[in-house]
Amino acid sequence: MSNHTTFYKKLVDSHTVTRIDDQNVLLYVDLHLMNEYTSPQAFSGLAEKHRPVRRPKQQLAVVSHIIPTHAESPRVIRDAASLLQAENLARNCDKAGIRLFAANDPLQGIEHIIAPELGLIRPGMAVLCGDSHTTTYGALGALGFGIGTSEVEHVLATQTLVYRVAQTMRITIDGALPYGTASKDVIIWIISQIGAQGARGYAVEFTGTTIASLSAQARMTLCNMTVEAGARAALIAPDETTFDYVRAHSTSLDEAAWMAALADWSDLKSDADATFDAEYSFDARDIAPFVTWGTSPDQAMRVDALVPDASQQGTPEAAAALRRALDYIGLESNRPIAGTPIDRVFIGSCTNGRIEDLRIVASIARGRKVAHGVRAMVVPGSGSVRRQAEAEGIAEILKTAGFEWREPGCSMCLAMNDDFLEAGERCASTTNRNFEGRQGRGGRTHLMSPAMAAAAALTGKITDVRSLENHHD
Amino acid sequence: MTDMNRIEGSAVPLPIENLDTDQIMPKQFLRIIDKAGLNKGLLYDLRFDEHGEPLTNCVLNHPAYNGARILIGGANFGCGSSREHAVWGLQQYGFDVVIAPSFAEIFYSNAMNNRLLLVQLDREAVDLLLRESTNDPASKILIDLEAQTVTSTTSAQVFKFPLGARHKRMVIEGMDTIDLTLTVLTDIEAFEKRHFERHPWAAVM
Repeated sequence: MSNHTTFYKKLVDSHTVTRIDDQNVLLYVDLHLMNEYTSPQAFSGLAEKHRPVRRPKQQLAVVSHIIPTHAESPRVIRDAASLLQAENLARNCDKAGIRLFAANDPLQGIEHIIAPELGLIRPGMAVLCGDSHTTTYGALGALGFGIGTSEVEHVLATQTLVYRVAQTMRITIDGALPYGTASKDVIIWIISQIGAQGARGYAVEFTGTTIASLSAQARMTLCNMTVEAGARAALIAPDETTFDYVRAHSTSLDEAAWMAALADWSDLKSDADATFDAEYSFDARDIAPFVTWGTSPDQAMRVDALVPDASQQGTPEAAAALRRALDYIGLESNRPIAGTPIDRVFIGSCTNGRIEDLRIVASIARGRKVAHGVRAMVVPGSGSVRRQAEAEGIAEILKTAGFEWREPGCSMCLAMNDDFLEAGERCASTTNRNFEGRQGRGGRTHLMSPAMAAAAALTGKITDVRSLENHHD
Repeated sequence: MTDMNRIEGSAVPLPIENLDTDQIMPKQFLRIIDKAGLNKGLLYDLRFDEHGEPLTNCVLNHPAYNGARILIGGANFGCGSSREHAVWGLQQYGFDVVIAPSFAEIFYSNAMNNRLLLVQLDREAVDLLLRESTNDPASKILIDLEAQTVTSTTSAQVFKFPLGARHKRMVIEGMDTIDLTLTVLTDIEAFEKRHFERHPWAAVM
């Protein structure tokens, strides 16, 4: 490899079949994941033109978005339209010879939870999915990003994508994470700093001692939500943490194959003298438990601060957005956000539905009770996460505390199934988007970490988890 | 198919920053396996109340804007979910063009793949067009795709907009990108063979 090269460019170069023009390359796709709602029209498009799926063994499909999460076995999709989507996906996969994790498959779950845990994501790969949170895979040193349905069709037909190459951004974060914070706080904080458009058109590489200290799963949370700053991709150069995770999950690689892979991956990092189109540096000491106050992921604040007012916004557009958001979310400027009563709690999603997330929730919920009048749901990210949580006693702790222990899926992150907020209901949520209506029309979403969501469940209000833990101890 | 070379018409002003695809096409309209019914779903919560009655304060429900082919939006238009349904819905409703200070990345690709023209202009230019279409719903905008210009017929101001050569061809000709890619199928096959020989770990299934 040449010098001065960014990790991102190395990944693009190693997957470039041919350069199309000064903006676009034809990018080879190692693995393509699909769900039931962004793929149907792609399969129909192929059928219309009598085109086959070119590489069925490089596709994986899962029913994730529309599936109900009630604790029942077997799982039943009662909504007719949703059932049609699930059955249609099964037909399409069956016809093309594509592996599918259907509703009652023990390995079913959210795309971005199951792919890493099945060892399907490895450093240096290019992985696409018709879902914006495909940026998750950068946590393991793979190039991952979301695509639309027309592009899903293109990938199915050619195993490539016409790809507009992004600019590069490096975000360096140094220092130890303060007590009571997690990678979710890091990413909400970064988005609040650079804005919902701050990384638009960029592939973001994260580096620094804070990033190095994060577990592989915590890095997934970080890279997952980087798309909320508009990023085209998020990347963390693979290190021992990455290799340990990938080794543990890639059971199909024997020792010789593993050693060869490790050697091949040794250059998967930005060269020391690589230059980036944009750079940011942050100090982890500035991180605190964060919570969103508005309807865009960048409208976020420290939980111990006051809800901002229009005069503090940098631009007239931001001030207008603030007024619109506060009107929707039902909060007032210059009041503490801590203490705001909540009705619902949602713990799960491709952002925070992994076993480490549930361990944190259980550690806080142990011996306590969900506040009276609060409905708190825990939706594991996959069947594997659910079984592991049951084996570790986490499920029992949560159920005893009064949480609903549900079946895996995307659930109330986007409320395409029957899990949703009623108008006016306020929810502490470990998900990734606080958009108007995202969790249900008129629903009010506050994004936060699993620990903060647990604290909200137990107190019935937005609560600084640090005060809760101190009080408990 | 609409002639995309020259589009002249009135425009709907919708100056909302970070207008996400969840708002452009809400979840309840996504439970389909075709593309039907998305005109109804477009910006549903902005257009209709909880009983399905049109909201009179919504600009899209103002009769003066009936038949507008151009939507003027805020920065980072189409952010969030990758759902292409947002683009299909905008087109089914009747929009051929969206003008905004910037567009989200996935939305941009989705639009180009469907020949929905996205016109990126400076904020000042967008603000001017927003003002004109707000003050007078009948004010017309002329878009010349070949020249890559937007002309306000009210103030006679002309703005250039960027568009890659490939995207321009896609919007004008509506080319089949899969057919185009398959013309280099032998390159793909050669790449594939070499790629998995060199990087056997990349074959995961």
